[in-house]
This record gives sequence, structure tokens and C-alpha cells, in this order.
Amino acid sequence: MINILTVQGINVTYQNQKRVLSDVSFSLPAGTITGIIGPNGAGKSTLLNAMLSMIPHGGYAKFNGTSLAEIAKKIGYVQQTSQVDRHFPITVAETISLGIVPRLKLFQRLGRNKHQEEIDWTLAQIEMTEFANRQIGQLSGGQLQRVMIGRCMIQHPELILLDEPFAGIDAHSEATIMRILNDLKADGKTILMVHHDLAKVPTYFDNIIIIKEKLIAAGPTKETFTAQNMNQAYGLPIVNMQGGV
Amino acid sequence: MFANFFSGLSEFHFLQNALITSVVIGVIAGTIGSFIILRGMSLMGDAISHAVLPGVAISFMLGVHPLIGAAVFGVVASFLITLIGQNSVIKSDTAIGITFSTFLALGVILIALVPTTTNLFHILFGNVLAVQDQDMYLTIGISIVVFLTIIMFFKELLLTSFDPTMAKALGIRVNFYHYLLMTLLTLVAVVSMQSVGTILIVSLLITPAATAYLFVNQLKTMMIVSACLGGLTSFLGLFLGYNLNIAVGSCIVIVGAIIFVISFIFSPKQTLIHRRRLTNESKINS
Repeated sequence: MINILTVQGINVTYQNQKRVLSDVSFSLPAGTITGIIGPNGAGKSTLLNAMLSMIPHGGYAKFNGTSLAEIAKKIGYVQQTSQVDRHFPITVAETISLGIVPRLKLFQRLGRNKHQEEIDWTLAQIEMTEFANRQIGQLSGGQLQRVMIGRCMIQHPELILLDEPFAGIDAHSEATIMRILNDLKADGKTILMVHHDLAKVPTYFDNIIIIKEKLIAAGPTKETFTAQNMNQAYGLPIVNMQGGV
Repeated sequence: MFANFFSGLSEFHFLQNALITSVVIGVIAGTIGSFIILRGMSLMGDAISHAVLPGVAISFMLGVHPLIGAAVFGVVASFLITLIGQNSVIKSDTAIGITFSTFLALGVILIALVPTTTNLFHILFGNVLAVQDQDMYLTIGISIVVFLTIIMFFKELLLTSFDPTMAKALGIRVNFYHYLLMTLLTLVAVVSMQSVGTILIVSLLITPAATAYLFVNQLKTMMIVSACLGGLTSFLGLFLGYNLNIAVGSCIVIVGAIIFVISFIFSPKQTLIHRRRLTNESKINS
């Protein structure tokens, strides 16, 4: 398979001179789901932020030969739901419609009626049709995460980056999100997500990237999700790798 | 009281000016106030309204319209606060406190040095009954500019207010919209000086918006409700102030606060029973 995403020499250093990421490089093929795993504080979320040029960093990330910063509007990014302001006066349908904003020109208005069909289809995909007019603060964690995925879907991105999408959500929402991500993968989308539940790694991901301030290993899950690599990342002997940890 | 107010309205030109000016200010302050409270910038509104005072004084010294100096100082203050907050370990509320108190003190000193008939008390607490035709037209003009700018950039302001991280990831210039909003806020603060004065402007900016926030589920609705409440508050404040012969600016603030307290008690978002019902519904449907 031809690699479409290239990350080369990503370095991140905080203002207090603490190095968070050091020389992280990897490549990924199109139409795959890849998990970024590593212990707490390993720099997983920081890696996504650096790839999107949201924080000062060294190195670069390119998609199909173009810097991610240059094609920012074509990249879907789903942050952790804990960072979402749940009291903001916005409904489920409106939140999803925000994914349309990157396609609109300056001064072009975001009219829900103009994109109603698209919004309805997305609501159905994330199984949230009956909640369309509900304020987001009235949703459970899993429902809110599905809405955020819906907002990303309607953007029609070629590359999707997700930061711990399964953190604190119910099993039904997790299954729904994985079904959606697998559908997107079948459409040729490239998906990269920060993940912490090691038990699901073999079933969820085609590839994994293991980091702990630097790259430990990157590649197909079967070859990379090994006891030796996990021991190097987590500092503990982790057994029964393919069947769950 | 009603007969007295409305006969005064038909008889006195100054009261007509006061009514139009205060209602327009109430509407535009309520509109922009929705963004201010949702972005957690209520203190910023307070700071900018105080920081315009030295600009007013310098405008008197230079013989230019107070709006010009006030707008410059308002934007400079917002720039300083943002710069300190984003580029140091100092938190933004501390930066706001230092900046606005310094600018206010500087303004009080400069106003005392300026040989002008303008009363410091009227700048600090407003005097809407003294609004001239020219000031009224200026207020209407600025309010239209602010309103149109909000409509033109609504989707960007919505996105950067709700989810600045997503906006940043999409390559949207979050800081540009922050400074745009600060500039609009400064313009509103400058025209609001006439009705409630620099000290109490923050009330017009945040109280109607906070009241609307208790009832609505959408930003657009919040802005409409907040604008209506701002206009109504200004009207009732002028009505009471004129009839009771007390400071109109303070009446506007007190009326706004009373409406907020009543809303706070009866708002569906606040009542425990309503919240419990929604939680149960959510559990059943998920």
C-alpha cells in the first residue's frame, strides 16, 4: 500500500524547556485506522496538536505531499469531549452543521435549511435523529461524542484525527462510533486516533504507533503490538497481547 | 407616571433623544453581550469600558470627538490584556485587573487636567438626558455597523466561541475574531457611556445576555432575547429615572438586575424538577 500520511521528525518542547516529543516519524497508508498508544503523559495528544500545527513544534506532517496546515479545512479533528462547553446554547443539529463551515465562503451564511438533507443523513448515521433539537448539555457523554463524530463526518475530510474518542462513554456509543469509523475507512478515509484501552487494540486498529516521548514502534498491529514494545512503553511486562491485556 | 412620561416625550426633544439612544444602546449591548458572556469575557467588557476613559480625556485635549480616543484606548487595553494573558504565567483576570484600574486612574487624572465643561460624574455614570442629536445619530450609526459585522461574521464568531480548538484546527484565525469582537465591544462601550457611564456599562453588556442565557438553547435566539431585554431594560430605566427624578443610568442597571433575579428563580434551566425530568428522559432514550 502507498503511504499517504507522512510524519517526519516531530519535536515539541514546552516553554519550561521540558521536551515532550522527540523526533517522532512514521508513515501510514490510506484507508486504514491507526491507534496512537502509550502511557499517560507520553505525548499522544501533543502529537496530534503538533501535526495540526496548533502548538509550536519542529518537523512536519504531510498528507498526500501537502502540509496539514495548508489543507486544514479538509482534516477532521475530534477533540476530547471533556473540552467541550456543554452549557453553550447550541443544539445537536447546529453542532453538526458547524462541520459545514469550512466549505462555506467568507460572508456565506450557515443556513440549516440549505443543508437539511445532509444534516438529517448525518443524524441518522450517528443514531441521534430524535435528539436533533436537544441542547448538547442534555446529552450523555456517549451521545455527545457521537455528535462530535457527526460534525466531523459532515465535513467530508480525507484525514480524521481523534483524541481519545472512547474516554468515558458507554458501550453502545463506542460500538456506534467504531461502526462509523469502519464505514469511513471503507470509503478510503485515513483515520488516526489516540487510544488508551489496550484490550481493544488488536480488534480496532490496522496499525499502531507506540510512543513515550519518542517513537517506540510503528507499523501493522500484528507485528507491532508485541510484549517487547509494550514493555518498553509502559515499563511493565504485558502478556496475552493478541487476546487482550 | 405613564401620562407624565408620554406627555414629556411628545413635548421635550431631549427625552425623545434619550429614549431612542438608550433603547438602541440596550439592543446592541444585549446583542454583543451574548458573545461576551459565552466566551467568559464579562470582566473584559468591564475592563474595556473603564479603559476608554483616558481616551476620552485625550480627545478633549486634542479637540477631536471622544469616540476616537476612546476607541483607540479600548482596543489598546484589550490588546494588552490578551498579550499578557497569552504570553505569560499571569492569568487573564489578573491582567484585566491591573490594566483597567491603571487606565481608569489615568483617565481620572487626565480628565481633571482638561479644561472642559464635561462633568467627570457624567462620564462615569452617564447622562442620557443630555444626549444631543449628533450623539444620537452616531449611536445609531455605530450600532448598525456593529450589528452588520456580527451578522456577516456570525458563523465564524459562533465557531470560535463554541469550540476555539476546532476552529484553530481548521485554520480559522481565532485571534483575528477575538480582536474583531474586542473592537466591536469597544465601540459599544463608547456609545454606552452616554446612557449608563463607563462604570456601569458592563451591566448593559452582560445582564440582559445572562438573563436570556437562562431560557434559550440556541445562540441566535439568545441574541434576539438579549437584545429585546436590553431595549426593554433601557426603556424601563429611563421611564423610572425620568418620573422619579433619579439617575437614569443607575435605574437601567437596577431594572436589568431585577429582571435577572426574577428570571433566575423561574427559569426552566434553573429549576431542579425540570433538570431531573430531562436527565430521566435522556437515560430512557440512550
